[in-house]
This record gives sequence, C-alpha cells and structure tokens, in this order.
Amino acid sequence: MSANSVYLAYLVAAVLFILTLKGLSSPISSRRGNMFGMTGMAIAVLTTLSLTHNVTYILLAIAVGGTIGAIVARRIEMTAMPELVAAMHSLVGLAAVLVAMAAFNNPVAYGIALPGEPLHSSNRIELFIGTFVGAITFTGSIIAFGKLSGKLSGRPLRFAGQHWLNLLLGIVMLGFGAAFFMNPSWMPFLIMTAIALVLGVLLIMPIGGADMPVVVSMLNSYSGWAAAGIGFTLNNNMLIIAGSLVGSSGAILSYIMCKAMNRAFFNVILGGFGGEAAAEASGDGEQKTYRSGSADDAAFLMSNADSVIIVPGYGLAVARAQHAINEMSKVLSDKGVKVRYAIHPVAGRMPGHMNVLLAEAEVPYEQVVEMDEINNEFADTDVVLVIGANDVVNPAAKNDKSSPIYGMPILDVYKARTVLVVKRSMATGYAGLDNDLFYMDKTMMVFGDAKKVVEDIIKAID
Amino acid sequence: MTGAVDPFVLNLTVFVLAIFVGYHVVWNVTPALHTPLMAVTNAVSGIIIVGAMLASSPEKMDIGSVLGLIAVVLAAINVFGGFLVTQRMLAMFKKKEK
Repeated sequence: MSANSVYLAYLVAAVLFILTLKGLSSPISSRRGNMFGMTGMAIAVLTTLSLTHNVTYILLAIAVGGTIGAIVARRIEMTAMPELVAAMHSLVGLAAVLVAMAAFNNPVAYGIALPGEPLHSSNRIELFIGTFVGAITFTGSIIAFGKLSGKLSGRPLRFAGQHWLNLLLGIVMLGFGAAFFMNPSWMPFLIMTAIALVLGVLLIMPIGGADMPVVVSMLNSYSGWAAAGIGFTLNNNMLIIAGSLVGSSGAILSYIMCKAMNRAFFNVILGGFGGEAAAEASGDGEQKTYRSGSADDAAFLMSNADSVIIVPGYGLAVARAQHAINEMSKVLSDKGVKVRYAIHPVAGRMPGHMNVLLAEAEVPYEQVVEMDEINNEFADTDVVLVIGANDVVNPAAKNDKSSPIYGMPILDVYKARTVLVVKRSMATGYAGLDNDLFYMDKTMMVFGDAKKVVEDIIKAID
Repeated sequence: MTGAVDPFVLNLTVFVLAIFVGYHVVWNVTPALHTPLMAVTNAVSGIIIVGAMLASSPEKMDIGSVLGLIAVVLAAINVFGGFLVTQRMLAMFKKKEK
C-alpha cells in the first residue's frame, strides 16, 4: 500500500471514531455509533497490517489480547465497571511506554532518524512526553484500580512534604528529559521512565475514594494524550487524532465531575479529601430527633401518592437492590403512580455509573432523569424515596456556609412533600457530614438493608 | 516562504483540530451515557495498537519487536474489551415496553 492510501484509510477510520462519539448523544444512535467505532478500528488495524513484516506474530498477539478482552467484557459485572475502565487505562499507558522504547531502540525503522545518526531532536521531545505520560498513566491507573476494587484502602494516603517530593521528582524527571534531549541514550531515558512510574503511584495514592470519579476521568484523558504523544513520535496521524479525541473526552468528564462536587480540579489532584473528616465531624454532641417507620408505612405512603421520585445512590448498587427497585416501580406504576428516578452526576463511582446500573435492571431510560432537569419538580412531588444516597441530597450544601460541601449542586429532595430515606443506620456518608434532611418533620427514616426494605415494600403494596 | 513544512507542524495542526472536534462532540454526549463513553474511549485509545504493530515489524526480530508484540497484546485487550463491553452496556438502554 502506498503511503497516500494508508493515510486516506486512516482518515476514514478517524471520521468513524468521531461518529462513534457523536452517536452517544442518544441511546438509540449509540449502538450504531459503536459499530462505526469497531469498523474504524478494523480499518486502522488492517491498513497497518499491510505495512508490517511479521504478520503471523502480530495476528497471534491480536488473537491473544482479543480473547482476553472479549472474555473480560462478557464476564464483568456492571458494578465493577470503574475497576475495568481503570485497568484498561493502565494497559494503554504501558503499551505507550513499550512502543516508545521500541521506537528508541530502532529509530531508523520509523523514519525518525537517518541510518547511523541519532534521533531527530524534535522527536526526542515527543518521545520523552509520550513516555512519561504513558508511564504515569500506567502506574496511576493501577493504584486507581486497587482503590476502586477494594484491594487498596480507599482512604487518602498522606505524609508530610508529599507535594514537595512530587515536585522534586517532577523536576528531576524533566532534568533527565533534558539530558536525553542533549544526548539520546538509554541511561537518561530509563531513569526518566522509572521516575515517571513512581510519580504515577505518588500522585494517585493521596486521593480519597470519594474523588475517584474525577481520577478515573483524568486517567482516561491521560491515556488519550499518551497515545497522541506516541503519534507525534512516529509521525502517525491516526494515533494523534484518536488520542486527542480520547484526551479531550476525559478532560471534559473530569471537569463535569469536579463541577458536580463543587471541587477545584487542583484541589482534587492534591488529594486528601474524605476519610479524615469523618472522625472530626461525628463528635457533634447535640442529639437531634428523627422519625423512623417500617416498610409497610413506606408502602402506604407511596401507593397513595400521585408521583414518586426515587433517588438512588451507590448504596443501592452495593446492596444489589436495582432489580428490586425496578420491580417496585412497576408495581407502583400499575397503581397509577408516576415514578421517576433522579440522578446526581456523581451518583456511583464513575460518570454515568448509576444510569448503567439502572439500565441493567431494565429500568426504562425515559424514567431516569438528570439532576438539572428534575430539580424543579421536587416541590410538586408527593413522595421522594432516597435509597443509598446521602451527601448529594444534603441541604447543607445550599444553606450552611460553614459546611465543607457548601456550594455543591444537590438534588432538591428537601422541597418534596414527604421524604423517605432508606439507610442502614444514621451513619454519615462519604464526606463524613451529618445530613439535616434526615431530621426534617416530613422525613421518615426506614432502617435496614436496601434490598430487603424494597422487597418488603413490594409485598406490602400487593 | 521557503522550504518544506516540518512534520511536527503538520502533526500539531492535526492535533489541535482533533481536540476541537473532540471537545464539541463530547459536550453533546448525554450524561446518561457517560460510562459507555469512557468504555468506548478506552477502546479508541487502543489505537495505540497501530503504533505497537509498527514497533513489532522491523524486518529482523530484535528486542524492540518483542516489546512491540507485548504492546499489541495489551492494546488488543483494550480494543476488544472496550468495544464489546460498550456494546453490552448500550444494549441495556431500552425504552419502556408499551
């Protein structure tokens, strides 16, 4: 294949990737979009295959990786999606580092150096950037994976002088990058890579479990930039375009997540939120009274309502109550009650996680409404059922200036006529804060395991 | 203006334009599909497979081609895993049966 036809095929693949992302503007077009993406990738891979010499080995490698990927994709539970995504980011990061090493090992083969001469100077910078972004993505994603899957503690790990150490390492890494630029040899390249690997660990360790949606989005972005960086090194447009699409997507998601938590991006990156605050805030001393009721009471209130809004949080998924809650809303709908779900952008462990969990339980997506669209309707709603959510319905975010979550957008549940809260106990949420919603006169607490409570409610309605 | 354009400048042009396209397209993604978005971008970032394939292809096998082949395996996991899990998720988003 001529270089021109290769680039034209890459152009077709790039357009298909753009259509893939465009398709995600609605659930209906999204399935076609995913097909476009697969087609684009097939075109890119087959085109590249025509340029390679050892086709057999490459096909074998694709078969091995493809089989692993297909098995994982089939088996993974939807609650574990954040871990899977984090694990996949780390693979892209590692692949980028390996490709960079291979390119440096034999630059002539990529046309980025003339035989007998060292690497072109502009390619040195690109190689350096692609490698360190890849290395940070690799180890950072492994830590994120550990925290999300519970293999590592979700608590932020902090120590004195942490940020200074990171800064120092960053400067030393840049120093070796400069040394590599002056004299492209393995020694500075490998030291620089090793420091980047360590930095990836140190950057993610201090970030707490509550901030994981931001971290996962950020690493998503990094994995794209790593691919784009390698594209610069190899002068390959396909890598640059696809990498940039992914990079900007991850950056936008990080921004949306930060906004939904009212956190500044750098504040999240510097870490330390969640975990420690819990111990301090609990010693309030003041005894407040709340009203508690049974599943029967909840069933009575909801079946006599005109409209019910369900506010699910990650607690719902942990209790595996998605299917039960869908059953409950069907029973209520049959009785003529209008049932909808209100989703806060940070419900779940990654952007859009709660929507997928509800979709898996076969909740029709028209019933699932985003925060901005439904917030005006709480005031006209008879009953709101909060299940496994806490901080995202805490009115302190609106009216208590001293609260750490002041300014965070919340679901205006407190405006509804009656509020039911299903919780295990009066314990605090992620942010470690007490929630005034629980002590309001119109609120009734229903204690117990989410799934058990919902099943009892269904029985009581029938 | 004299001389040929440096490939870096061409790369930069493509890079900047692609970021603009990505920015505008991704803002139109409905929040309900943000998880499938991340899964499918995982698959798309598996495009590093192109670099990995080129890395594993010098005419004689050396340490570089071995590294390249390992990278092909890793990227293929992303490509297949990413697209298939996205497909699985998107199939769940159904309308209410009438």
